[in-house]
Amino acid sequence: MPPAISVSNLSKHYKVPEREGGMKAAVTSLFNRKYRTVKAVDDISFDIEPGEIVGFLGPNGAGKTTTLKVLSGLLYSTSGRVNVLGFEPAKRPHDYLRQVALVMGNRNQLSWDLPAIDSFELQRSIYGIPAPEFKTTRDDFIDLLELKDLVNKPIRNLSLGERMKMEIVGALLHRPRVLFLDEPTIGLDVTMQRRIRAFIREYNQRWGATVLLTSHYMADVEALCRRIIVIHHGQTLFDGELNNLVTQFSSYKTLGVSLPNPEIDLSQYGEVLTRDGARVTLRVPKAKTSQVTANLLSDLQVDDLTVEDTPIDDVIDSVFTSTEEAK
Amino acid sequence: MRRHIDFYLATMRMSILEQIQYSVANYFYMIGMITEPVIYLVVWTTIAKQQGGMAGGYTVGAFAAYYIIWTLVRNMNIVLTPYAWEWRIREGRLSMELMRPINPIHNDVAFFAGWKFVVILLWLPLAAILSWIFKPAFEIRLMEVIVFFLAIWGAYLIRTMLLTLLGMISFWTTRVSAIFELYFGLELILSGRLVPMTIMPAWVQNLSNYLPFKWTFFFPIEALVGSMTDLQLWSGIGMQALWIVSGILILNLIWGPAIRRYSAVGG
Repeated sequence: MPPAISVSNLSKHYKVPEREGGMKAAVTSLFNRKYRTVKAVDDISFDIEPGEIVGFLGPNGAGKTTTLKVLSGLLYSTSGRVNVLGFEPAKRPHDYLRQVALVMGNRNQLSWDLPAIDSFELQRSIYGIPAPEFKTTRDDFIDLLELKDLVNKPIRNLSLGERMKMEIVGALLHRPRVLFLDEPTIGLDVTMQRRIRAFIREYNQRWGATVLLTSHYMADVEALCRRIIVIHHGQTLFDGELNNLVTQFSSYKTLGVSLPNPEIDLSQYGEVLTRDGARVTLRVPKAKTSQVTANLLSDLQVDDLTVEDTPIDDVIDSVFTSTEEAK
Repeated sequence: MRRHIDFYLATMRMSILEQIQYSVANYFYMIGMITEPVIYLVVWTTIAKQQGGMAGGYTVGAFAAYYIIWTLVRNMNIVLTPYAWEWRIREGRLSMELMRPINPIHNDVAFFAGWKFVVILLWLPLAAILSWIFKPAFEIRLMEVIVFFLAIWGAYLIRTMLLTLLGMISFWTTRVSAIFELYFGLELILSGRLVPMTIMPAWVQNLSNYLPFKWTFFFPIEALVGSMTDLQLWSGIGMQALWIVSGILILNLIWGPAIRRYSAVGG
């Protein structure tokens, strides 16, 4: 089976006008405008198989959203080849747009003043969804996201999380085969984030949809994605299983130690990250973990000891930091 | 085609529901809007009275009829402005509309078309009050009513095409306000919005024949309140159709290059 999404050597460069501050520079720029080329995406390649959920990670300005916009057909690439479901997104054929959806956490498409149920009807007409299929899907999604009591309220009267759930329902009513999710849980509380994650997982499993997800919340990524693609400055830093990222980029483990005597200095065992009463968190080189653990248990009276991989947030952060330092 | 009709009906329904929700605001908007024709009407009826009851071939009653129908035509002519295009392009608001398998211009046409039904409903009592105050003189034939009904929708479509084309300049310039002001000035003089075209100097009338503006104001109004022959009435509808088709062709021509320039900022 061919990949659902295939990107090869994709670049998107912008030419942006640039000038120094002040009146003189402003007047000069009228006659002699200078431009700078910004490489938002710079020669990235990847394939995504049908039904895969892939996390697309990177700091702000890394090129994630630009890539998503190229894939969804909103932006033209500067160079490279993009193929989604056998279509060239930049040509924006209607048959393509009927099979994909782009959900942006900070953009809404439902009418602000009307109940969502009315906007859903508009979605039905836009995508030409047959009435019985539309009704089944709509009611199904409403049940899954527990929206029954809210669909008849104007969108403006809903909370941010409720609105986001409605947006997701609206975006998926036509049962897209490919979902581009750009920060779908941004600004939501933990409970709402969990609901939305569960819904995305359910949608993926039920319809076999391919999902490309960007999020700054690692909980989203950990809950949904086995595979992640990390980009920075428009270039791919890592493409593989989430677990491998930890193996590849984290040479440390985190030890949590609870002691009856909180005054004891543990700095000889490793780098003290936090100290919360009797609980101390240490960072130790992965190769020395067994030795340090044994030493702690033999030297001290330990109430509790845990050994964990470095939190994924920290691993990602260290990937970006090491890249910056290498520049 | 069936899908498009379904989309148009659904969007118009949404628009009507939204406008009903804000009917009071709509009413105040319309009341604000009739200030302009009432000023013209007072000025011209005063001039007509000073000149023995007629000015530029219009009686006091004919002026009243012209400007009262003007209020409906003006409301029919409300379309998405270039400012809105500028906003949706500059802020990246067009992105979500571009993700739909239907051109966003269809959405604009359908949405504002739905609004018209609310506008017509709200206009009726206003027209009754204006008629009671200014005593318009109407001599209306059935053919004029039929052509007027078609002409107000024709005017709506021509103005939609014109302002959409103007708005789409934002794809290249990001800001379009200055060009819109220029358009507005031309429209005021060459459309019959300021005064009936027959009062304008001959050269202005000649010039207006080659431009789209007069088919958006003067023609629909005159179709109802003037004394055009059936041939003139249907020729006018033909001219409107010509401008609409021209607008669609130009839009189709520049849509592709315009979208290539869209930078989808935000998000």
